[in-house]
Amino acid sequence: MIYNIPYLAVAALILVGLYGVVFKRNLIKMVIGVTLIESGVNLFLITLGYRKGSTAPIYTSSPGGLMSLPVPQALTLTSIVIGVAVLALMLSFVVYIYRHYKTLDARKIGGEDE
Amino acid sequence: MSMGMSKIVKTVSSVVFPFIVIYGLYIIAHGHLTPGGGFQGGAVVASGCAMLLVAHGSIWTIGKIREKQLSILESTGAVAFILLALLGLVFGTVFFKNFLVGNKFLFGEIPGYLSRVANFNTGGVLPLMNFAVGLKVIAGLFAIVLVMAYATSTFKKGEMEDGKR
Amino acid sequence: MFFDNLPALAVAVPLFGAFLTPLVSKIGDRARNVFVILVMGLTTTVVFLLVNDVFTNGIQTYVFGGSYQPGETVIRIFFEVDGLSAFMAIIAVVLPLVAVIYSWGFMKKETGLDKYYTLILLMTTGMIGLVLTGDMFNFFVFLEITSISSAALVAFWVNKGKAVDAGFKYIVISSIGALFVLFAIALLYGQYDALNMAVLANSIQYTFLDKMALVLLLVALAMKAGIVPMHMWLPDAYGCAPSSVTLVLIGATQASLYGVFRVVFTLYGRELTTAVNQVSLNVLLSVFIVALALATIVVGVLMALKQSNLKRMIAFAAVAEIGYMILAVGAALSTITVDSNTGVTMLTESGEMALKGGLFHIINDALDIGLLFLVAGAIYYATRETSVNKLGGLARNMKYTTVFFLIGLLAVSGMPPMNGFASKLLIYESTYQINPILAVIAILCSILLLAVFVKVFHSVFLGPKLSVFKDTKEVPKSMLLAMGIIAIVIVFFGIFPELVVNNIVQPAADALTDMLKNGLYVKAVLGVI
Repeated sequence: MIYNIPYLAVAALILVGLYGVVFKRNLIKMVIGVTLIESGVNLFLITLGYRKGSTAPIYTSSPGGLMSLPVPQALTLTSIVIGVAVLALMLSFVVYIYRHYKTLDARKIGGEDE
Repeated sequence: MSMGMSKIVKTVSSVVFPFIVIYGLYIIAHGHLTPGGGFQGGAVVASGCAMLLVAHGSIWTIGKIREKQLSILESTGAVAFILLALLGLVFGTVFFKNFLVGNKFLFGEIPGYLSRVANFNTGGVLPLMNFAVGLKVIAGLFAIVLVMAYATSTFKKGEMEDGKR
Repeated sequence: MFFDNLPALAVAVPLFGAFLTPLVSKIGDRARNVFVILVMGLTTTVVFLLVNDVFTNGIQTYVFGGSYQPGETVIRIFFEVDGLSAFMAIIAVVLPLVAVIYSWGFMKKETGLDKYYTLILLMTTGMIGLVLTGDMFNFFVFLEITSISSAALVAFWVNKGKAVDAGFKYIVISSIGALFVLFAIALLYGQYDALNMAVLANSIQYTFLDKMALVLLLVALAMKAGIVPMHMWLPDAYGCAPSSVTLVLIGATQASLYGVFRVVFTLYGRELTTAVNQVSLNVLLSVFIVALALATIVVGVLMALKQSNLKRMIAFAAVAEIGYMILAVGAALSTITVDSNTGVTMLTESGEMALKGGLFHIINDALDIGLLFLVAGAIYYATRETSVNKLGGLARNMKYTTVFFLIGLLAVSGMPPMNGFASKLLIYESTYQINPILAVIAILCSILLLAVFVKVFHSVFLGPKLSVFKDTKEVPKSMLLAMGIIAIVIVFFGIFPELVVNNIVQPAADALTDMLKNGLYVKAVLGVI
């Protein structure tokens, strides 16, 4: 049971994130929702790579016992880097949207004709 | 935010800033040995720069460094990274080939099968690529923070309060 | 040295060019434009050499930074180029090439062009990488590169609130989609300890987690491909982006469609005939895909009818066209049968034809819709007007543009002698044999599409010369050149469809059904099947 807690946290994070994206109307909250989903997925990747009692994969060979595989960690890292780029882009869009419409309410933006 | 914070904060942040930069550079330089690398170290240095930005305000910072200069630095980092990868094609056989492994001078030592952290002088092109990525991340992240701070500082005060709705 | 590394160079050249562009643009605007066109030209050359290599010598594999023999386990960046990848790579490189030529005139008066070109080149990198990669995680990374750069490009005109809104919508949708893809990749990785597509395709078991991964991958990629009911971002993004960007965006959408095909036919190719509760996976998927396809066609066409903004109208037509492709592929899926005597898995003849029609339609759609968008951009450039109701009588001022629009109109609604006719005929014939109702709906919607664009043609180009537009001039030569290239290709494909189907489409269709017959995709990596 104790080993399933990270997976439950993954599910909770992703569901909360989806809730934020789908039901919240404030753009900043939607952005937070996307980042929550991302954290959930990253946590999932990291949890998959966890082996109890294993050494961190920073030596050229194991000092005895298990050594965890660095691939999931590398994947997570790449995903975090991409996440930073996405977050920066989304927030700069929000800044421009706020400048233009003077509101962050998703219902009040983008309705006008050109 | 545009005007900066009190004198105490400015002084303390100026004192702490070199240490943060040194720590970030350490992480970048040891990226091929310990957890860390170009992105992580770059993020540390960029957050140090962001601290200066918060302390001194965006207008002061934009007077010191322009977003254009940062974007040139960023491009330089990326170009260096891809050049290193292309050099693998020139000196080795394939793209991203680690062509520095085995030489006597620069990061060429082969660590062997030791169960300890290897020497600094290993890794081939990896440390160089880490430096390239580090440069790109420092410039890129700081440019993002700078542009956003500058953009929000140009709002009038009343507009910012509207945003809380 | 050069010829052994074509798969890597196809990605490296545009990436290198992308980051050199800000440095080159310090020299001058003209130098930058020439540089970008040169980089795109070089990329095109590399990709065409690679495509030629793949079509003559079969599947090409490439490992970054190391050597590799079939059968070895490698944990490295891995490219695998088969007929389908090569086919999509042609689209992914030709559209940006035309777009940068078009941009020379179209974007001349804009500022921030160094970033614009950097992003176009990055997007090209992303699309080419997306179709060439043989590794699930790389697939995710290139998907994100494509969507980040294209979202930034959609919002290029930041002073228009609507464009930024469209960009925000696009990045939210595509980042959530990409995260679903990553989650599915994690599910597969947790079970099979592999990220390589061929290894995964070889060992996939269709367990509960695999089903979850399949659903996540399909939903996310269909969302990015703009299939109804997840198409809401597409008209906004296509309509608000500069026309040259829209042209590249079509490529990005189709790269996601490629993802759908790759997942269904390669990753789950072995399991397509597995029966669960008496219904085999291929029938299940076929029902699902055909239903979505019909919805996509009908919604796209009906929404196109009621638009008054020219670019949004073409965007809805693009949605409908995507429906035709997946209609054909979905119909083909239903014809997969296992011969009970020999145990050979095969498609019926009409299934093969549908597959060819669907794939041929991908390249035709990119050209037709692309041409229409370029014409819409040319009209906007000349008149600064996008509403169909306010335009009129432009045929007198813009002769060439009128001809190009006429070509695009005929092609998109499937009239002979254009390329759209060739591929739609294949789709009609084959789907009629599979289920007549599908063909009837497809033909009806195609006629409606013709009606939409004839109406536009009449109100925009024909009629009396309006006084507002009496000073309107023909657009610059670079834009005419870009539209001309596409128009010539459209007519060429329309006159010699056999040539195209046999030389380009057939290898792609073979690659799609490869996992059912030979498993060459797996063999190239593992050495054995």
